[in-house]
Amino acid sequence: MDQAEWKLLKEIADLEKTPQGAYNIRRNGQMDARNNTANIEITTKTEPGKSGIDITVKPGTKHESVHIPVIISQTGLSELVYNDFFIGEDCDVDIVAGCGIHNTGCETSQHDGVHTFHIGKRSKVRYVERHYGEGPGTGKRIMNPQTVVYLDEGASLNMESTQIRGVDSTKRETKIVAGKGAEVVITEKLLTHGQQTAESDMEIILDGEDATGRVISRSVAQDDSQQVFYPKMTGNAKCFGHVQCDSIIMGQARISSIPAIVANHVDAQLIHEAAIGRIAGDQILKLMTLGLTEQEAEEKILDGFLQ
Amino acid sequence: MLEIKHLSYQVEGEEGQELGILNDVSLTVADNQFLVITGPNGGGKTTLAKAIMGLVQPTGGSIFWNGTDITALSITDRARLGVSYGFQQPPRFKGLKVRDLLALASGSQKLTREEGCQYLTKVGLCAGDYIDREVDTSLSGGEVKRIEIATILARKTGLMIFDEPEAGIDLWSFAKLTETFKLIHQKREATLIVISHQERIIDLADEIMMIADGKVEKHGPKDQIFPQILAKTSTGCTYLSEGADK
Repeated sequence: MDQAEWKLLKEIADLEKTPQGAYNIRRNGQMDARNNTANIEITTKTEPGKSGIDITVKPGTKHESVHIPVIISQTGLSELVYNDFFIGEDCDVDIVAGCGIHNTGCETSQHDGVHTFHIGKRSKVRYVERHYGEGPGTGKRIMNPQTVVYLDEGASLNMESTQIRGVDSTKRETKIVAGKGAEVVITEKLLTHGQQTAESDMEIILDGEDATGRVISRSVAQDDSQQVFYPKMTGNAKCFGHVQCDSIIMGQARISSIPAIVANHVDAQLIHEAAIGRIAGDQILKLMTLGLTEQEAEEKILDGFLQ
Repeated sequence: MLEIKHLSYQVEGEEGQELGILNDVSLTVADNQFLVITGPNGGGKTTLAKAIMGLVQPTGGSIFWNGTDITALSITDRARLGVSYGFQQPPRFKGLKVRDLLALASGSQKLTREEGCQYLTKVGLCAGDYIDREVDTSLSGGEVKRIEIATILARKTGLMIFDEPEAGIDLWSFAKLTETFKLIHQKREATLIVISHQERIIDLADEIMMIADGKVEKHGPKDQIFPQILAKTSTGCTYLSEGADK
């Protein structure tokens, strides 16, 4: 891997060398490196015409991690990848995914990843997904991630997806089905600029009794960028769900935030909150009185907001 | 030393007439003095404080801090020269933690947890409970206000201006706060300008200035001005005195 590729790995997975534990690094459409552990097995899909991997975590696996970063440095590469996770019962694992595109050419580079998780009873999964794009080329950098998660009884998912700058177009689809007593927390952070567009469709179905769901979405739209959010929380049983979308709008940007809550059970308790606004002037002034310039103050406020 | 010379701030009223928010205000505060500015609501106290910080640009007059004319300087430049201002109604920040604000204020990203906690303790906040909290709407008005004051303490600048620091603060925290002002003054750590209506704060001052209708109405040593203010406020309400006669 060259320097630009290592930089992508650092941005999306905080990796400066090959990671500990299980990993699969995909580079320019090919497997670059892979490691299995005693408890975590990664295999290449064998179905014809379907690219991707299966990740199987044995029941009872605790405090282990799986890194599956994807990097694209070849201009004009477009791929569709299926990654399926099978997490056994009583596990406690961290999964770090993400995609980085370094486009130096004039052709579009695109990664569409479909991730499906089957999380066993009482298992805890922390799933971190970062998207990042860079490169001097005029070619577009496009990522369309799809995430589908099925949580069995008492399982929990803490998902954090981040896309800060660099991705020209993204359409993100997330669908989560939470069983009895399952818990879902999704934190989404997004910053778009220039002419970028981002759309996020999210559906959380609280299907089992005492399931809980929480969505925290924070976004910043700068310049002429556009963002659309459709978070939907459905309660099919006694459950609790909360959707919170906060956006900062700047320049000529446009943001639509369209949360929906659907109750199909009398004991479903669902709340949504959505807010869009510019940076408050007194926030900038306050930080300037601490000695920051106007630009530094703005950066600090955005950093904090997306922290 | 802070010197304010003939400061004016005029705005245009609804019918185009000039309204004087500040009219020819002159003032000198020697190093490490404790000045309390008091006076009726709407008299121009906050505008004067904001003009010193650069949050309001005066329409006339000049402001000197340690011999430098800061009248035309930006807020940032004044802050870097050692001017601090604690907002009367401080803003909240989604995502920024108390620790982040204190680190920014102190100018050191390496501010330790312990140092941060010391500033919070000085304003009567139980530090461990607050240092990692976000300065957002989950905090009460009194809590945000005390965090605001802590950021000014963390800056450790030569001029500290506090705008009604007592507003919204409970009795116990207020006692701690007055103690903190007293210590800063005793150790001669900074020039203090405090806008206040509280006797206990006024009592700490070396000098009192009373502003009304944008003008300096009284200015002098505490012992001279304080009795005059008290005399004026105790006889001010005819309704109460009439009621007492019945």
